[in-house]
Amino acid sequence: MRYLPLTEADRQSMLEAIRATSVEDLFRDVPTSARLAGPIGGLPNHMGELEVERLLGSMAARNVPAGSVPSFLGAGAYRHHVPATVDHLVQRGEFLTAYTPYQPEVSQGTLQVLFEFQTQVALLTGMDVANASMYDGATSCAEAVMMANRVTRRKKAILSGGLHPHYRDVTTTDARFIGFEAVALPAAPTGGEDLLALVDDKTACVVVQNPDVFGHVRDYSELAAACQAKGALLIVVVTEALSLGLLTPPGEMGADIVAAEGQSFGNALNFGGPYVGLFAVKDKYVRQMPGRLCGETVDADGRRGFVLTLSTREQHIRREKATSNICTNSGLCALAFSIHVSLLGEAGITQLAQLNHAKAVQLADKLAAVPGVELLNDGFFNEFTVKLPKPAAGVVEELAKRRILGGVPVSRLYPGEMEDLLLVAVTETNTDADMDAFVAALTEVLA
Amino acid sequence: MSMNNQGRPSAIPAGAASFDGVTGTVTGNRGLQIEEPLIFEQDSAGRTGVDLPELPKVASRLGAVKPRAKVGLPGLAEPQVVRHYTRLSQKNYAIDSGFYPLGSCTMKHNPRLNEKMARLPGFSDVHPLQPVGTVQGALELMDQLAYWLKTLTGMAAVTLAPAAGAHGEMCGIMAIRSAHEARGDSGRTKILVPESAHGTNPATAAACGYSVDAIPATADGRVDLEALKAKLGPDVAGLMLTNPNTCGLFERDIVEIAAAVHAAGAYFYCDGANFNAIVGRVRPADLGVDVMHINLHKTFSTPHGGGGPGSGPVVFAESLAPFIPVPYVTHGKDGFALVETVGDGPAFGRMKAFHGQMGMFVRALSYMLSHGADGLWQASGDAVLNANYVMARLEDVMTASFEGPCMHECLFDDRFLKGTGVTTLDMAKALIDEGFHPMTMYFPLVVHGALLIEPTETESKASLDQFVDALRALAERAKSGDAAYFQAAPRLTPRRRLDETAAARKPVLRWTPPVTAEALAAE
Repeated sequence: MRYLPLTEADRQSMLEAIRATSVEDLFRDVPTSARLAGPIGGLPNHMGELEVERLLGSMAARNVPAGSVPSFLGAGAYRHHVPATVDHLVQRGEFLTAYTPYQPEVSQGTLQVLFEFQTQVALLTGMDVANASMYDGATSCAEAVMMANRVTRRKKAILSGGLHPHYRDVTTTDARFIGFEAVALPAAPTGGEDLLALVDDKTACVVVQNPDVFGHVRDYSELAAACQAKGALLIVVVTEALSLGLLTPPGEMGADIVAAEGQSFGNALNFGGPYVGLFAVKDKYVRQMPGRLCGETVDADGRRGFVLTLSTREQHIRREKATSNICTNSGLCALAFSIHVSLLGEAGITQLAQLNHAKAVQLADKLAAVPGVELLNDGFFNEFTVKLPKPAAGVVEELAKRRILGGVPVSRLYPGEMEDLLLVAVTETNTDADMDAFVAALTEVLA
Repeated sequence: MSMNNQGRPSAIPAGAASFDGVTGTVTGNRGLQIEEPLIFEQDSAGRTGVDLPELPKVASRLGAVKPRAKVGLPGLAEPQVVRHYTRLSQKNYAIDSGFYPLGSCTMKHNPRLNEKMARLPGFSDVHPLQPVGTVQGALELMDQLAYWLKTLTGMAAVTLAPAAGAHGEMCGIMAIRSAHEARGDSGRTKILVPESAHGTNPATAAACGYSVDAIPATADGRVDLEALKAKLGPDVAGLMLTNPNTCGLFERDIVEIAAAVHAAGAYFYCDGANFNAIVGRVRPADLGVDVMHINLHKTFSTPHGGGGPGSGPVVFAESLAPFIPVPYVTHGKDGFALVETVGDGPAFGRMKAFHGQMGMFVRALSYMLSHGADGLWQASGDAVLNANYVMARLEDVMTASFEGPCMHECLFDDRFLKGTGVTTLDMAKALIDEGFHPMTMYFPLVVHGALLIEPTETESKASLDQFVDALRALAERAKSGDAAYFQAAPRLTPRRRLDETAAARKPVLRWTPPVTAEALAAE
């Protein structure tokens, strides 16, 4: 077995050193009824690299990679071009095969990356501080609501109808078990919900998404001020982090917490994971944050260095009194995010965001010109909703037969509802030819 | 927030870190030890490492939202970025560079084949919401992984959704609560957790609305069965137990423990963090476990990546199988299908956006196929052999906390350092100068000054011997009264001991632009 260095001779001499008769003998504390006599049944024996590549390669071949066809899917996962440099650096063994930086003297690489990542996230969201990443955007959102419960000592969360339904469901699942109230408003494909009317003195937080799940972009400054007046927190969710390169950031609107998905930077689609949750707050809430934090300090020689800090919030110190049970973060995905953002820089991030927006405007206009198709959005970033003259799920299946991944039917996210709506996302990876092929195919399918 | 060194890379103070007579260099660098400033301190304004096409000339359509003025990011060209991250990587210890015996973390070799497989465009470049007909291979892979996990554990059902071990714990405890609720049994408010448990266990129980009651350990490092039985009753929802436990010991009474828990109407949650000790040799279902999470980043070698991402699938016995969360894969007449909403079944809810950590599923299955049933048998055997070998070779100079045999990790406490002035922490830092990553320190909490060593099966005997020789020498040195040597360690690292107290007292959690002279003058 290629991954096992011990030889039979090693094993024998080690058994002698232990004064054990056999490896099986070392398992003597396991009840005999539960000890298998030999390798487990029902599974194949080991394979060489070539056989594994053949087997997994055949599975991979039964999928249609989004990049092999014109593809316009978003809804919380976006296909952006990731520079070759990102994956090259992420695969360096020193990053890939290190653990959580509990021994800072030999983990300054990971720690400085996290410190820079936290700074980038704070800058992008317009917030004071960010943590060293969460599992994904949806769990980040749920943790933000729980944090708002802690901060305000209230137990009601109001979830906008523009919140991605997966984020809504993760939050309501937690609410059910942890014991807080999550009032989820009905989906609002055209907006127009009165969130403020629902805020009372029992409200811990209001959760909005920008751009929302239907692609609408809004200014939430007024809502933020109104929440503050009533002692509630405003949580802004972002599922397309690239939008922060163009839009007024949540921090400038007055958000108390930002919970976001960072997959757009540096991370492939990966069929939905692993991604990287972003979590940023106002300064005054730092000690209520979940997750890991990296902080600056000095070493015994007075030189600047970095450590994990404020860990008295965390489960390994506080156990049942911790702010969250979270232990793992998304370190490697955060690294990919950070490298991509570093490569783009101030000029690149602005330009890439503008490019996404401009292409989306182009496609929105082209689609709106197709007979029977109606655009629902006034303002949007790189994703918008169109109304079709027939059910979107069937249309998307027809488009797939023509080798086009033509967006996400809204009914995939809301079963049995809004069956005529289609979510369409456009990124820098979509060429003019892709867009024209999509428009032509849709025209044909709807005719 | 004030910064210690805002905007200024630090120079080595005169007289510090003298090494072979070289007290300082012109640059402040020392050979391959490069002082790397923050990326924000390397801004060449206007530079970018990405070339983009011209913008199409269209009017923007941002509704009521204004474009932002600036983000505040630095600009660098690609070579600068490559050098920055390469230099940072060189300040990290990693499995690829050496022995990483962190107890409870299973720092085994991360095969590069797994990385290659996860990057096949058919897996990495697939959107989670593509039509199901275009992702049959991805669903098949999930189904295959589920089959392996169920076969290896003997369990009836599995969810792949949870993103990490602690997330899997949440999932399992939520399922337990759902099962009690489904029976109308609302009086169960407590979860029992042994004192030796990972902190995530009590944190999870509390997060799911339960109070936590700790079970003491016996003198032999295991759950006190009598104390457990005394605590069981109609107010107990379940027991969370790690097995093998965090002392590296197998809970001999586990079958009896499970029976007692079941007789009290409660469920038995097993924390699978230490599954590597028994994978392919013992099926948790045969021990009476109802639900257990599996850390793919431990047992199945998906990379730790400096702290993540992980993946924490959860397996369920028949009794809890109806309560798994969405999504899950089913077989239909048209191939594989995905159940994505709670409305379609009894599932208790959703834990994460989309379908779980697919990239980790590919790596884990690649690892499983590479080992097969025979390789896993050998791997768990070697993991246990390696730990016992380390324990046997250190027993005479260090103090093992419990009688052997141990499983995949061995536990020492600091009795051997008594009166030396050297602490567990000092010992760990001295080990760094010997070229090793330290073991887990001060965990589990059931012994004083714990040193928990987990070699894993991917270390050679030569590597273990070198580690043992170094530790033996250090133990002797500590006993010889040379405490000062330990208290000044580590000496040979990019940074010496860091001031964690100062970091927590006045947290500096981000870079902020240095205050300019003009701004100061204006104040």
